[in-house]
Amino acid sequence: MDEPSAAERDPDGAPALSPEGAPARVPDGAPATVPEGMTERHGTGVPERGRDGAPEGDPAAARASVIVTRGLTKRYRGGQLAVDGLDLTVPAGSVFGFLGPNGSGKTTTIRMLMGLIEPTGGTVRVLGRPMPRAARTVLPQVGALIEGPALYGFLSGRDNLLRYDAADPTADPRTRRARVAAALDRVGLAAAAGKKAKAYSLGMKQRLGLAAALLQPRRLLVLDEPTNGLDPQGMREIRTLIRELAADGTTVFLSSHLLDEIEQVCTHAAVMAQGRLVVQGAVADLAAGARGLLVVTTPDAAEAARVLKELGVGDVTADGDRVTGEPPDRDLAEVTAALVTAGVRVRGLIVERASLEDAFVALTGEGFDVAG
Amino acid sequence: MSRADLQLPAAARRPGPLWTFGLLRSELFTTVRRWRTLALLGVLAAVPVLVGIAVRIETRGGAPAGGGNGEGPAFITQITNNGLFLVFTALAATLPFFLPMAVGVVAGDAIAGEAGAGTLRYLLVAPAGRTRLLLTKYTTVMAFCLLATLVVAVSALIVGALLFPLGELTTISGTRISFAEGLGRALLIALVVAASLVGVAALGLFVSTLTNSGIAAMATTVGLLITVQIVDQIPQLHAVQPYLFPHYWLSFADLMRDPVYWDDLVRNLGLQGLYAAVFGSAAWARFTAKDISA
Repeated sequence: MDEPSAAERDPDGAPALSPEGAPARVPDGAPATVPEGMTERHGTGVPERGRDGAPEGDPAAARASVIVTRGLTKRYRGGQLAVDGLDLTVPAGSVFGFLGPNGSGKTTTIRMLMGLIEPTGGTVRVLGRPMPRAARTVLPQVGALIEGPALYGFLSGRDNLLRYDAADPTADPRTRRARVAAALDRVGLAAAAGKKAKAYSLGMKQRLGLAAALLQPRRLLVLDEPTNGLDPQGMREIRTLIRELAADGTTVFLSSHLLDEIEQVCTHAAVMAQGRLVVQGAVADLAAGARGLLVVTTPDAAEAARVLKELGVGDVTADGDRVTGEPPDRDLAEVTAALVTAGVRVRGLIVERASLEDAFVALTGEGFDVAG
Repeated sequence: MSRADLQLPAAARRPGPLWTFGLLRSELFTTVRRWRTLALLGVLAAVPVLVGIAVRIETRGGAPAGGGNGEGPAFITQITNNGLFLVFTALAATLPFFLPMAVGVVAGDAIAGEAGAGTLRYLLVAPAGRTRLLLTKYTTVMAFCLLATLVVAVSALIVGALLFPLGELTTISGTRISFAEGLGRALLIALVVAASLVGVAALGLFVSTLTNSGIAAMATTVGLLITVQIVDQIPQLHAVQPYLFPHYWLSFADLMRDPVYWDDLVRNLGLQGLYAAVFGSAAWARFTAKDISA
């Protein structure tokens, strides 16, 4: 009953892991299977599965996709629809960013993935097994940080981890102390291990929560805003840690408010708004989906705008000494030459790369922190 | 790291046969480490000290304690003759309120407190398993019932031995039993008193699954206890009284008869079992189907 259905295998898919086990960055020049890299829109039918393929002949083909939800829906008592028909596919070995404004249903989704909340519709498969039915076999292989850390304030950091480890049926009590010490060391809390958790700063609590997720070797880490409350140095450490874990083959499912964080560490991303999945795919494709911006800095703005229009640049606007437009398909050198030939004094000419934030705003049509 | 290696940790990790005891040990340890638990036990330990000193002061002139007959907790007039009676007196004094209140606080906090602190979600994704976690919590609350009762009994025994003579004692029926047998009966009474708290423990645990606020669950449980105790005192409501969990609590005194009068003791234990079954099932049904949103 726990075997993946045929529909969840993809014999043609490229392996999600390179032979070394490093997470697959999107290969350069990979054919875009769907225009603008938007691989799956809610309601458009069969999802694209190009990068979640299982290695051929692997009996554990369940590893093809680490998280698969189909039509996942949660309607709370009172009729509020928190999650609406979510089709999420998280490829094995990816660092998967999960984005959305406050109230868009991210947390409800994560809780359904972890078996804490029962869906009112649809299915969830984590590590190839149905949740919440297979929670006892799935969850020991999943480390989770959900809506911030929760600790026993009257216990020391070490005792907190010992307690969480005791709750895991697969955790070996003989190696418990050693594993707790290793986890504390990994998040940089070894020196504060004996302190009562209530004396911890927010950043230290966050680190302890991460340590709890790292008590065992995990196949999947679900991290809900892991850098919340950390100072810049701490954020960097956590990002490095996430990259290390991903390099070891752990799939990381990362929910974050910080778009540049997603852009820095994630290979894939999904965006939710108002309980629905807006888009999911490789980060590079998503960012490419929002076009960049040609920016010419010049004291002769009016003349520059005229030349750019003549060259076929769309959406040209002049603002002070700044002229912007859609990046042209032709060589930028030609654009520069044309401007100079027309006597435009050019101070600078660049194409500003589209950020994920631009893509996000383009997709959701709203500011990032607007509640859905 | 090869793919085969990646699968190893999963395949190698099977639940150890004794892990439930590891969880129980962790639960007991965590409960006893709470400052609140220690404060409750401290209050319970202080009750026999207060009673013992009060009786000692009252009877300094050689007058019997209690003044009139039938006043004060059971056995209080006997304490001056034999310190062992302080154990019975202390249990009779704490059973109507102090002991069940302490149990109500611990039981009410069991699930709701973890939910309020957010630690419940981490225990469940560990994954502790909802049924196992609930059973562990109930076992821990029952262990606390026993611990709380023993704290009262041992404190009373120590105070009784320090302030009053020990020796042979007279049962309610008038027969004499040796001090050793008296100690045995005291232990038996402590066990029966602890078992009398099983019902309120199950009730508290059920209330605890209904809310995400530990304080609300504790207050509700203690409030229910007080209400039930009041209803049990109103003569016009005698029809429902045999079904109230505290109704037969003081039957433990029947263990001091010779021969022991078992009827009410058995009724008490049966009633506690019924409450444990009903509210235990209700707690299970609620907790295993609940959305954990805290």
